Amino acid sequence: MSTRTIQGQKNLQDIRQASKDGIGGSPLRPDGTLKVKGEFAYSSDMWHEDMLWGMALRSPHPRANILSVDISEALKLPGVYAVLTHDDIPGSKFYGLEIQDQPALAIDKVRYHGEAIAIVAADHPETARRAVKKIKVEYEVLTPIVTEEQCLNPEVHGYVHEPHEYKSHGHGNICHSQKLVHGGGVTDEIRALADVIVKSDYEVGMQDQAFLGPESGLAVPAEDGGIDLYVATQWLHVDRQQMAPVLGLPEEKVRLTLAGVGGAFGGREDLSMQIHASLLAQRTGKPVKIVYARDESFFGHVHRHPAKMTYEHGVTRDGKLVFADARIVLDGGAYASASPAVVGNAASLGHGPYNIPNVRMEAIALYSNNPSCGAMRGFGAVQAAFAYESQMDKLAAAIGMDPVELRQLNAMSEGDSMPTGQVIDSPAPVAELLQRVKDMPLPPPLDLENLDVRTLPGALSNTSHGEGIVRGIGYSVGIKNVGFSEGFDDYSTARVRLEVIGGEPVAMVHTAMAEVGQGGVTVHAQIARTELGVEQVTIHPANTEVGSAGSTSASRQTYMTGGAVKLAAEAVKQAVIEKGRRRYGWTQNDLTLAGGKVVSESAGALIPLVDLLGDEAIDLTREHHHRPTVPFDKETGQGFGHVQYTFCANRAVVDVDVELGLVKVVELTAAQDVGKALNPLSVIGQIQGGCTQALGLAVMEEIIVRDGKVRNASFTDYLIPTILDTPPIPVDVLELPDPNAPYGLRGVGEAPTVSATPCIVAAIRQATGKALNRIPVRPEHITGTL
Amino acid sequence: MRVTFTANGKPVEADDVWEGESLLYVLRERVGLPGSKNACEQGECGSCTVYLDGTPVCSCLVAAGQVQGREVRTVEGLADENGELGLVQQAFVDAGAVQCGFCTPGLLVQTDALLDNDAQPSDTDIREALSGNLCRCTGYEKIMDAVRLASARKCAKAASE
Repeated sequence: MSTRTIQGQKNLQDIRQASKDGIGGSPLRPDGTLKVKGEFAYSSDMWHEDMLWGMALRSPHPRANILSVDISEALKLPGVYAVLTHDDIPGSKFYGLEIQDQPALAIDKVRYHGEAIAIVAADHPETARRAVKKIKVEYEVLTPIVTEEQCLNPEVHGYVHEPHEYKSHGHGNICHSQKLVHGGGVTDEIRALADVIVKSDYEVGMQDQAFLGPESGLAVPAEDGGIDLYVATQWLHVDRQQMAPVLGLPEEKVRLTLAGVGGAFGGREDLSMQIHASLLAQRTGKPVKIVYARDESFFGHVHRHPAKMTYEHGVTRDGKLVFADARIVLDGGAYASASPAVVGNAASLGHGPYNIPNVRMEAIALYSNNPSCGAMRGFGAVQAAFAYESQMDKLAAAIGMDPVELRQLNAMSEGDSMPTGQVIDSPAPVAELLQRVKDMPLPPPLDLENLDVRTLPGALSNTSHGEGIVRGIGYSVGIKNVGFSEGFDDYSTARVRLEVIGGEPVAMVHTAMAEVGQGGVTVHAQIARTELGVEQVTIHPANTEVGSAGSTSASRQTYMTGGAVKLAAEAVKQAVIEKGRRRYGWTQNDLTLAGGKVVSESAGALIPLVDLLGDEAIDLTREHHHRPTVPFDKETGQGFGHVQYTFCANRAVVDVDVELGLVKVVELTAAQDVGKALNPLSVIGQIQGGCTQALGLAVMEEIIVRDGKVRNASFTDYLIPTILDTPPIPVDVLELPDPNAPYGLRGVGEAPTVSATPCIVAAIRQATGKALNRIPVRPEHITGTL
Repeated sequence: MRVTFTANGKPVEADDVWEGESLLYVLRERVGLPGSKNACEQGECGSCTVYLDGTPVCSCLVAAGQVQGREVRTVEGLADENGELGLVQQAFVDAGAVQCGFCTPGLLVQTDALLDNDAQPSDTDIREALSGNLCRCTGYEKIMDAVRLASARKCAKAASE
């Protein structure tokens, strides 16, 4: 059969015209219409005939021995179907992301305020609440281990995990530690090379992810004895991996489907209600729904590690960094969660995007009786960036240099080496990003003649009419890694199917990627359109029927699962072309798919996909692995530990009411290199959202913990930025391709959350002259009334 | 108790309602309207905002019994009978104001109410009007864009009619 050219087609240029809804475009979200109609099914919207409501009894004490648990009164309550304790767990009693040190239900002791002890299934949430109250627990309350001093002296203050039950790689109350030495380290001889030395202590409070959709889901017992769970999570397969042993089931009998996710930001990396709902469904034989109330949500997920940090930098009079020394102590709370990875990030990224010839670092995560801490957007890097960027401002001030110039003078770029010895082998435009935010026009100065109090610090509270308001400007830049590090192979799987439906070629993309709001589903469809030259793409619901997509975290999903979709689509494309070669004997080497056809560069359009495919579907699955990394050496911190680096620079303009200590961020500018913006609208949305969470950490957000007890588990008392607190956020996107990454893209989500906090604090410092070594900055820190 | 009211123009009836249930719970769990969202259930986040007799309220703060005989309009009632998106809904989709979308239903109702009251609000007016609606994903910039877009379309539509 001879090659045929379809007559009457548009010219090749037109045929090969990329779809405007392919990569680089900003097509609308496939779930957008459902979401604005209120028809998108979030995990808390799940409903089933005869379903029960699950609820947990949580410890009011941060540290106590459980002497007895009496569930008899709870069981007597009409409408109660089950009350379970750890005694009822059919399988392993422990789970955990990296270290299985957390009991699914407390066993004989509680280690943090809010730890789940028993679970109830009842016919109404109020019945469940009343049943929980009827469970009688006898506690022997112990003094909680909460300070660094207490944690580091376990012989005196005790162990959070007794040595004989210790599962982590650390010792005592240290969950994980990482040291790093680079160049000559930091010695007296090295110190002597610096003209000016700046040393300070810094502190970061405990931030909450505060996603709006509470932890929730529906567990349905299946006829085969397994469980079908519909849940909001960040990683279906790692949930299943942790759940199955506890439920006493093989993994294939634990089937997870992603329900609608109302934000995540790291807070859904760990399990919350998954095991509890499944245990109750197993026991009762009925579907069980659990929906956390907001207060329970604060207890039900891990938070950003609070940090205490000591930084020392030496600089020459002309602004060259000579050495940097740091110690970062992260409070990991009761259970390990992601603490080891957070420590790894803090140690390896904790000296920022700067060339520093001599470096020393120690980062540790403690076990304590404070709330467990784990993943939150930018983890490990966020805490350190506040410290090293504050140091840059102090160094600049000490030698009389412009703070942006000092940063640019020491900024790393492609080809430079991280303190870990890893050479940065793709663009690192740190100095340029700083220049870009500096060159952006400034907002107009405060106009005292035409004031709108709503735009001032205090806003609607009408606390100032312009008196006592001082403006400040600050700059910062940050570095974050993309993907899982230190030897972890966090591969992603994608299945792509191409077939004719209704006379049109349609691609279907099936992955287990958790769409948490970031727009991965939009990008997957864009990739399929670009690679397969079709317009119609459907997204299969994410579930465990397909291989793992890894976690929606570490800025990795477009890189990793997007990369898998690209690989699978390319494989489908090749299969289609091979099919045509076999049937028609095409000999050209320039075949591709475009405009719904097989197209040859030289011969033009060969055949519509509709004709070539007929009734046959091509359905292929591919895995995408990033290049291998290695663990950091425990003592020196050396090693090719990270997959990719990402950078963002910011400028903040703030107005401060110096009498009341109130801050209004007037503008927050961002410049970020994204390699390639697969969806510019989503990229900008990620950067603006990331900046706003950084704003929250700078001036508002902290979980207040006193003696291990959480004092503000509500949106009344834990404040996140409102639209009135949030300024315009102009964004400058740079696209310098990374040759190692699919399409040259660079992970986007976290870098702005790393970099934007310090510039806000810098701006407040400029306005007030205060040291402000702790975030969030509170009014009393500014007024000095604390 | 039994509660009867009008939801999006249709009469609805909920039986065996416990006295402590909120309007939000009845909408979500008893009458099949889960569009209004349960982010804080204490009146801080605005994601459960609905019209009650034409006034936007946090449905989590309204006791179910209070809506007896009254008219409720939820996010599900913003599109027309044919499912055609309302002007504010379309603007949120077009502007990229929807990420996770959990705040969206409340913001849509609140924005709808704002633009009914003032079709051309200033940026500061928008920020004031929406300051009771928390969003954790977007940084609000695209929400500002969406409200401006809806405002422009509404004005253009009014001018052409």
